[in-house]
Amino acid sequence: MPGQAAAVQTAAREIFYREALNEALRQEMRRDPSVFLMGEGIAGRGGSYKVTVGLLDEFGTKRVMDTPIAEASFTGVGIGAAITGMRPVVEILFVDFTMLIMDQLVNQAAKYHFMSGGTRSVPMVLRTQGGVGNGLAAQHSQSLEALFYHIPGLKLVMPSTPYDAKGLLAGAIRCDFPVVFIEHKMLYMNKGYVPDKEYVIELGSGDIKRPGRDVTLIAWSNMIPRSLSAAQKLAGEGIDVEVVDPRTLVPLDKKLILESVRKTERVVIVQEAPRRGGVASDIASIVQEEAFDYLDAPIQICAGRNTPIPFNLNLESISIPQEEDIVQAVKNVFVS
Amino acid sequence: MIDIKILKNLYKTMYTIRTFELQCIKLYRQGEIRGYFHPYLGEEAIAAGVCAALGGDDYITSTHRGHGHCIARGADLDRMTAELLGKKTGYCRGLGGSMHIADFTGGNLGANGIVGGGIAMGVGAGLSCKTQDQKGISVIFTSDGASNNGIFMESLNLAAIWKLPVLLVIENNQYAVSTPIEDSTAESDLYKRGIGIGVDSFQVDGNDVIAVYSKSLEAVKKCRNGQGPILMEAKTYRHGGHHVNDPGLYMPKDRLEYYKSRDPLILCREYLTETAQVKQDDLERIQQEVESEMDQAIEFAAKSPELTLDEFKKMTEVY
Repeated sequence: MPGQAAAVQTAAREIFYREALNEALRQEMRRDPSVFLMGEGIAGRGGSYKVTVGLLDEFGTKRVMDTPIAEASFTGVGIGAAITGMRPVVEILFVDFTMLIMDQLVNQAAKYHFMSGGTRSVPMVLRTQGGVGNGLAAQHSQSLEALFYHIPGLKLVMPSTPYDAKGLLAGAIRCDFPVVFIEHKMLYMNKGYVPDKEYVIELGSGDIKRPGRDVTLIAWSNMIPRSLSAAQKLAGEGIDVEVVDPRTLVPLDKKLILESVRKTERVVIVQEAPRRGGVASDIASIVQEEAFDYLDAPIQICAGRNTPIPFNLNLESISIPQEEDIVQAVKNVFVS
Repeated sequence: MIDIKILKNLYKTMYTIRTFELQCIKLYRQGEIRGYFHPYLGEEAIAAGVCAALGGDDYITSTHRGHGHCIARGADLDRMTAELLGKKTGYCRGLGGSMHIADFTGGNLGANGIVGGGIAMGVGAGLSCKTQDQKGISVIFTSDGASNNGIFMESLNLAAIWKLPVLLVIENNQYAVSTPIEDSTAESDLYKRGIGIGVDSFQVDGNDVIAVYSKSLEAVKKCRNGQGPILMEAKTYRHGGHHVNDPGLYMPKDRLEYYKSRDPLILCREYLTETAQVKQDDLERIQQEVESEMDQAIEFAAKSPELTLDEFKKMTEVY
């Protein structure tokens, strides 16, 4: 069921992406007393991007906990709490800072269920924020999803709209495995239709953000609004783009992607992250392996440059796909 | 004076750990056990003494040298041995092995292949105990080696600011793999690190099971009364190298001989027979009991099946 369409039917209000996340946290914390939050400046201050505003007042210090700047240890505390009956939502301020927690995430959380012979899992959500924008430079602008995508045992969620953000965060909190939930810094102030009632999007279900006949464009996170603008422009030129948002990269909704590919027979994958070793390459590999006979043109990947993100704003913007790059990539699959 | 029954149990636990390690090392030499194997030989008093002070609701997190902790929390030797042999009947269905044994019935949240990797998780278990009003406390077994890793201080600090029911036990065996403690820290009394961040900290003779047990009882009581966290440094020494294939040639002979003369089992036996007036026959009986239990465990493990490829595939579909 397309998420946007469902949202329009059930609610009549538009809220920010960050507010949608806040609603999901509130919804899940009210529903399940074992859900609690930990992170830097998330309690009284409400988080750097105001996602946790007001939660301290409703749930108190036991369930909305400020931490020292000690990412590795408070992530580990989350894991320990998760295996002893709680459902922690741990916030890492920037995805860049997850480099400090890699042992806890990769060697501990991701492997715990497996190493214990499947007897106990780690129902923990690691909320973090990444991506390029606003000149935050090389250590606060990365798109690191490929690192997490690579690790068996982790789920990976990257919502692009307020509707998806709320439903997927609820889904992530109810998931029995560790989930890396990456928000995008440029999406927090985007508005969209969100039902005020409780709903959950199960991990592994993608969404068609724009139906189309001619080409399948696969993107996620902040590349979705940009791809939708590009699709709008291309529609004026007679190219009907279908924009597919997997929403969760692990598990990946292969069925939705392949159905679209079999219909359009052309594929463009857009990712903000650097091209080398990215998720786009893996999706391309899956598509050629499972739908090779349907393809009318080589798959195009439109990705970030293989560079750290520069501070200079002009250079920053040419480091990642812009609307015109996406338009060009789509046109490339029609050149025979 | 500690109750005779408790004293005998302390000895039995230590003798079980000793027997398990020696028998499994034999299996290792025969090629039946593969991978890494870090013996707890010489350090038995710490696991036995600490765990005897715990109750059924308490959690522990363990280390790569974790067989002793697992046994001291009451693990079943059959399932432990099966795990070391990679069998389906093992605690982790043969998927974890020596470095990853977890036994949730004993509150053992797991050994850990990463030095220091389990400390923060232990603090998390303490957080669960406190915020969910669980009755238990969390005991973190860690080491001198781990104490030089950043997550050690980070985690202890979190336990301190949140006043968690956590007992952190540093098993100071004076070697980080092969590096002696003098070369890795300028202050080798590691309990002092706790004092600097406001944690009630002390040192105990890690080869004296009576001392470890008595100090643990006090520490556990404090944790239960909301006076945690507590740091206990137990000084000890390995009886050999870092793992079974490390002859430990870097360990000075005289120092090794000194610690072997203070073998925790010898000290305990002396105390039991001389001070507590336990008969030699009683101890012999305990030993025979343990040995036959271990023989059975080896037989059980050897006869057990391995996880099949189909079972493995099915299980890993979720990842």
